[in-house]
Amino acid sequence: MTPIQKSIVLKALQILGPLIGLLLVFALFAVLVPDGRFYAGDNIEKMIRQSTIVATAALGMTLIIILGGIDLSAGSVIAMCAVVVAVLLKAGYDETLAALAGIGCGIAAGIVNGSLITGLRVAPFIVTLGSMMIFRGLAKGFSNEQAVNPPENWLDKVMAPPTWAFDVVIGGRPYTLGLAWGTWLLVLLAGVIVVMLKYFRFGRHVIAIGSNENTARLCGIAVTRSKVLVYTLAGAFFGLAGVFQYSRNNQGSPTAATGLELDIIAAVVIGGASLSGGRGSIVGTLVGALLMNVIRSGCSMIGLPTYIQEIVTGGIIVAAVALDRLRTSRQAA
Amino acid sequence: MHDIRKRFGATVALAGVSLQVKPGEVLALVGQNGAGKSTLMKVLSGAIRPDEGRMTLDGAAYTPRGPLDARRLGVAMIYQELALAPHLSVAENILLGMEKSAAGLLQWREMRRTAREALAELGHPDLDVERTVEGLSPATQQVVEIARALAVGCKVLVLDEPTSSLTRADVERLFAVIRTLRARGLAIVYISHFLEEVKAIADRFVVLRDGATVGSGDVATTSTGQIVELMVGKTVQDLYPRTARKAGDAVLSIRDLSGRVKPQNASLALHRGEVLGIAGLIGAGRTELLRAIFGLDVVRRGEVRVGHVQFSRRSPAQRWRRGLGMLSEDRKNEGLALTMSIADNLTLSDFSPFGHFGFIRPRSQQMAANMWADALQLKRRSVTQTVGELSGGNQQKVAIARLLHHDVDVLLLDEPTRGIDVGSKATIYRLIDELATGKHGKPRTVLMVSSYFPELLGVCDRIAVMSRGILGDARPVSTWTEHALMLEATGTVAESSAA
Repeated sequence: MTPIQKSIVLKALQILGPLIGLLLVFALFAVLVPDGRFYAGDNIEKMIRQSTIVATAALGMTLIIILGGIDLSAGSVIAMCAVVVAVLLKAGYDETLAALAGIGCGIAAGIVNGSLITGLRVAPFIVTLGSMMIFRGLAKGFSNEQAVNPPENWLDKVMAPPTWAFDVVIGGRPYTLGLAWGTWLLVLLAGVIVVMLKYFRFGRHVIAIGSNENTARLCGIAVTRSKVLVYTLAGAFFGLAGVFQYSRNNQGSPTAATGLELDIIAAVVIGGASLSGGRGSIVGTLVGALLMNVIRSGCSMIGLPTYIQEIVTGGIIVAAVALDRLRTSRQAA
Repeated sequence: MHDIRKRFGATVALAGVSLQVKPGEVLALVGQNGAGKSTLMKVLSGAIRPDEGRMTLDGAAYTPRGPLDARRLGVAMIYQELALAPHLSVAENILLGMEKSAAGLLQWREMRRTAREALAELGHPDLDVERTVEGLSPATQQVVEIARALAVGCKVLVLDEPTSSLTRADVERLFAVIRTLRARGLAIVYISHFLEEVKAIADRFVVLRDGATVGSGDVATTSTGQIVELMVGKTVQDLYPRTARKAGDAVLSIRDLSGRVKPQNASLALHRGEVLGIAGLIGAGRTELLRAIFGLDVVRRGEVRVGHVQFSRRSPAQRWRRGLGMLSEDRKNEGLALTMSIADNLTLSDFSPFGHFGFIRPRSQQMAANMWADALQLKRRSVTQTVGELSGGNQQKVAIARLLHHDVDVLLLDEPTRGIDVGSKATIYRLIDELATGKHGKPRTVLMVSSYFPELLGVCDRIAVMSRGILGDARPVSTWTEHALMLEATGTVAESSAA
């Protein structure tokens, strides 16, 4: 291959790699699950809906990882924000206000993380390991260590099965096509972030900092400010994921989303981001989040125990990273 | 070592080098930066293999498979950057990789004894072998590293610029250690730029230039001047185009600028349309001076002004806004974001021409990038290609093009031609001349740091020499010769006048 062809193939592989993986896994389960139940419209929608919380948070995490950072507190922030939403609803506040307060709470957490990382010059892994416990503790404090169950309200419907849908017939089978409101919001926001990363100064600065922080500093980019901003923006996404988390369970549980940060990071990594920064893909991240849920759903539909799902998901994460390694070493050669 | 040759791709790093060192002798290896000293030492230490030539040790053929093998055969290297494990104790460091153990258990008492013996032999019996290496001074750490070499039982000890991070008193102590080792019958290779050190410690010397041995002799019967002449050799002139330039009013002025360690009280004034060179050896503090000017490093004292504006904060962004731009000497780690595209790298300091409200129109960004890429004859498929795929010379063009895109007034260039091919060098020399004379808009000012003196003499209007953190006076290029630059850079002038 000429270098040009090689570079095009590598680039295509980078974008298409996770997507091909998703299609393969999907095809596998489509065959294995009897009666075509796996690829029925409602199951597809369910898998997408179940990925929405992780995918929303993973948008923020992708920005952080492109920047060359990490945030282990994401799961705790999601729980804390869900609790805040539930507490406010229970106290009789308006749904819009409760949702905004949930997102605001995530933003505040992001500002705290970002300021500590840049101000104390401590590695993000350590800072967010600490703040993971702090935010989890706060979630428990806000809720008196109990799940908070507010009365029925329209926020409950954000992550409910779609009400706005239409039916089509493909190959003699009826399909219901539609997405939950929360999923539509996710798609919209993902589009915004894609445009921001590619066409806006701030996005290019984030990539530059992750690619080579020294170069960014030499070029006069406000490195510290950009970092705090990215953690803050990611915090907003974690907050929104918290609102979704509330909506899915119709309650704010302080122990929910424990360990979810690892699913979130896994989605970003499967999506082709480099943990050393400078590279990551929003579309890849969405595919990564969906892939994990497809495995989960497929395994349970063919009656495989949970432990098999975990082993398979783990294997896919390692394979994705190994593939990435191969790709970058080829590029260097 | 006999007739060692090594090529890297098209560059010949070593073109036939021969040298011998006898037991109980200190051989100095001298040469300019890039003469091939470090490549030669890598061959000797087994880190790289020569293409041709043979090496013998004690009469037997010596072909190390790697640094570890070389060490086992009795050739030990002490590098400029010390290779110690900071969290381990002195004793552990000395015996690292050859710990004494019985049935898997470390024999601490035995280990401490061996370590103490090695230190005592070097005249440091009082060093506590149970301390961690972390808190020790660079000089003491170096002793620990030499003790490690001794403990392995080395026959040939290679010291690469061992005094670059030492104080005067420590240098004397190191020399005492080297004399002890010489008396014990070790063969020592001493690499240094500092000729007065060579005079003080070495018995014989070998001079490398452009990858070949160009001279050798006894230190006692050769003058410093003769050694410098061998190091410098002849120069080529026609690489450097030079149009008549006229210096205008002062643009950048620096007064008593001091950093954390270097520079010390540097003062300098640059005029519009002028190319000023800072000569010196690696480690003299030239890069630190540029970084201090550009607001990348801490400034202890002193001021930097552009026109009437005095810079206060440590902010490169402020420097860019005031028309200053800097080219880093470290292309890979600082100069460029290798995973990003040519267009992004070229325009990274200023995206504002490409759209409003932080929006970047890819088309206009690529047009701007293509314009500069064409002007610098950048070899590329497209400006959306990642910079990491380019050759060194073309990467450097991208880094320089960034300053042009930003339309800066004053260019701070740190080793602009390091590690690039002759063709790219010629392009860069021509560009510097065009910038100063005003072929690209108004005449600009260039401050250029280089360790390669012929290019400074070819390109600059004035040159100042920096040595051990101190910046000398800038004098017109006509009053300098390569010989004079080398004398001042190696500290020979200061030494003789101080003595």
